[in-house]
Amino acid sequence: MSENFDRPEIRKPENLIYSRTKVLTDNIMHYCPGCGHGTAHRILAEVIDEMGIQNDTIGVAPVGCSVLAYNYLDVDMAEAAHGRAPALATAIKRLNPNKFVFTYQGDGDLAAIGTGETIHACNRGEKIVIIFINNGIYGMTGGQMAPTTLEGMKTATCPYGRDISIMGNPLKMTELVSHLKGTYYVTRQSVQTPASVRKTKAALRKAFEYQKDGKGACFVEIVSSCNSGWKMTPVQANKWMEENMFPFYELGDIKVDGELVK
Amino acid sequence: MKELKLMKGNEAIAEAAIRCGMDGYFGYPITPQSEVLEYLMAEEPYKRRTGMAVLQAESEVASINMVYGGAASGKMVMTSSSSPGFSLMQEGMSYIAGAELPCLVVNVQRGGPGLGTIQPSQADYFQATKGGGNGDYKVIVLAPASVQEMADFVQLGIDLAFKYRNPALILSDGVIGQMMEKVELAEQKERLTDEQVAERCPWALTGKKPHRGHNIITSLDLDSSRQEKFNEKLQAKYREIEKNEVRFEEISCEDADYIAIAFGSSARLCQKAIDLCRAEGIKLGLLRPITLYPFPYAPIEKLAQRVKGFLVVELNAGQMIEDVNLAVKGKVQVEHFGRMGGIIPTPDEIVAALKTKILGGK
Ligand SMILES: Cc1ncc(C[n+]2csc(CCOP(=O)(O)OP(=O)(O)O)c2C)c(N)n1
Ligand code: SF4
Repeated sequence: MSENFDRPEIRKPENLIYSRTKVLTDNIMHYCPGCGHGTAHRILAEVIDEMGIQNDTIGVAPVGCSVLAYNYLDVDMAEAAHGRAPALATAIKRLNPNKFVFTYQGDGDLAAIGTGETIHACNRGEKIVIIFINNGIYGMTGGQMAPTTLEGMKTATCPYGRDISIMGNPLKMTELVSHLKGTYYVTRQSVQTPASVRKTKAALRKAFEYQKDGKGACFVEIVSSCNSGWKMTPVQANKWMEENMFPFYELGDIKVDGELVK
Repeated sequence: MKELKLMKGNEAIAEAAIRCGMDGYFGYPITPQSEVLEYLMAEEPYKRRTGMAVLQAESEVASINMVYGGAASGKMVMTSSSSPGFSLMQEGMSYIAGAELPCLVVNVQRGGPGLGTIQPSQADYFQATKGGGNGDYKVIVLAPASVQEMADFVQLGIDLAFKYRNPALILSDGVIGQMMEKVELAEQKERLTDEQVAERCPWALTGKKPHRGHNIITSLDLDSSRQEKFNEKLQAKYREIEKNEVRFEEISCEDADYIAIAFGSSARLCQKAIDLCRAEGIKLGLLRPITLYPFPYAPIEKLAQRVKGFLVVELNAGQMIEDVNLAVKGKVQVEHFGRMGGIIPTPDEIVAALKTKILGGK
């Protein structure tokens, strides 16, 4: 393959089918091989690139495995305290209404410690995009139980499996926010296959287009694997996700144009 | 145009915020400071005046993080609260200090601990001046003693915050927040345009520009040696603040044998106590720290070389007295007089405390 790259007659713009978006930096990502974060970053960057809004976008990534997202996404970005990204984004958007503002949050962040900020930002209809990476676990801190951890699923803080009677139920945050008046677009997607990546990218594009049109809060959940936390190979993790996560966290649009579709 | 008005301290803060060109206020109701948000909501500056954003947040945790977001984008932003709410803001204060962002925070103190009381107090001195959140950081702390200073310190606080890229705090109390006084309000300033903000704050999140890489606002660095270097940089900034920004007022100190040291509403009480003392021939003076951080150690140390004793008067169990002791270094007697739980002492009680604690023995 490398020989082809050295052949200038092939390296012509008209032959280019795919290249890395300039909205991703050259930094080597710290994510575990197989992790969904990297793919989610890439398609987010591609959407920003394709919409031509790199210089008008401000992102907020709070504590979680993606806290260093600012090293990879070549847009102005803030790191937020655990759970607080929607509060930051609220002020950034209100004070800079012409900018595109997004948050990128894990499930522990968005659905546990930051539940209040998430619900209220959505309910106020803040004109922001919330990207919610649901991997059913706390990746960064070493695989503890998240609010989204499935019943029976083993984590470092529920080593015998999540016992609903003691630890409560997995939280469907996305369904919850879809019932709030302030949300305009709510969807649940995934990034484990080329087809799902394309769908998620289209969903992100839609969310940013809605923001461009000044619509309400757009909420894109991405069910994603944390193969390290789940203690699986990337291939096993994707299979496990399809067999266990998707039946509970059903994929597809939940609210479109401000109307529930599910 | 400058304007003379009769206002509550809390209202003066709100009006001064609009007039100084503040871009955003984010707050949550709590007694005794709710008038700040109420006044702003009644004024509707976003519709009728400067375009300043005002938002009632879902909690103080959210308010301070909205302030963090607004400040990250280079805008002039503020919040206000009272003691229990200010406690909830400490994580955010630490992040803002760690990310080196300018902002203004107001704490109109009430009595604690816990839910305590809605009556005035100065019991958050330690929290304000010694940290409050995690990590080695400092907040510039201004202590107003009048409604006029409530108004003036909004501009001063936000100026200092931007000068040092550091949070500034107005540490007030329920007396100053609720009392009405005449106040001269500054002229209305224009809010900065987005272009002016980008120029003033080249570090801010204003959208990536062709001439610069992307800006990052963070307090995180996992590399310990870099994190230590960053901490050293912060400390150097604090030394600079300590060198340049100490503010205090001396009243009747020239010929004084005894000095009361008090800030905010306590200083007002001490002014009356000076009159009472002097009528009896006791030469009492007052040193009023205006900045609690940086603290006026040097002027107190200087006074300690010639006066006979200090009475530190606070609405708490004895907090600022620790800083006074650091300044006096045992040279002369330092005593504390304070009331707690929202009780405000009379000037007579202060005179009596001076007599029993310092004069009595002699
Ligand atoms: C106030 C606070 N509490 C706890 C932590 C520790 N902590 C860091 S990340 C994290 C959970 C991250 O999980 P999630 O949000 O699901 O993101 P992931 O790492 O799985 O992508 C926790 C508990 C913290 N940084 N701050
Ligand atoms: S721990 Fe999990 S979420 Fe974090 S990078 Fe690794 S796989 Fe991804």
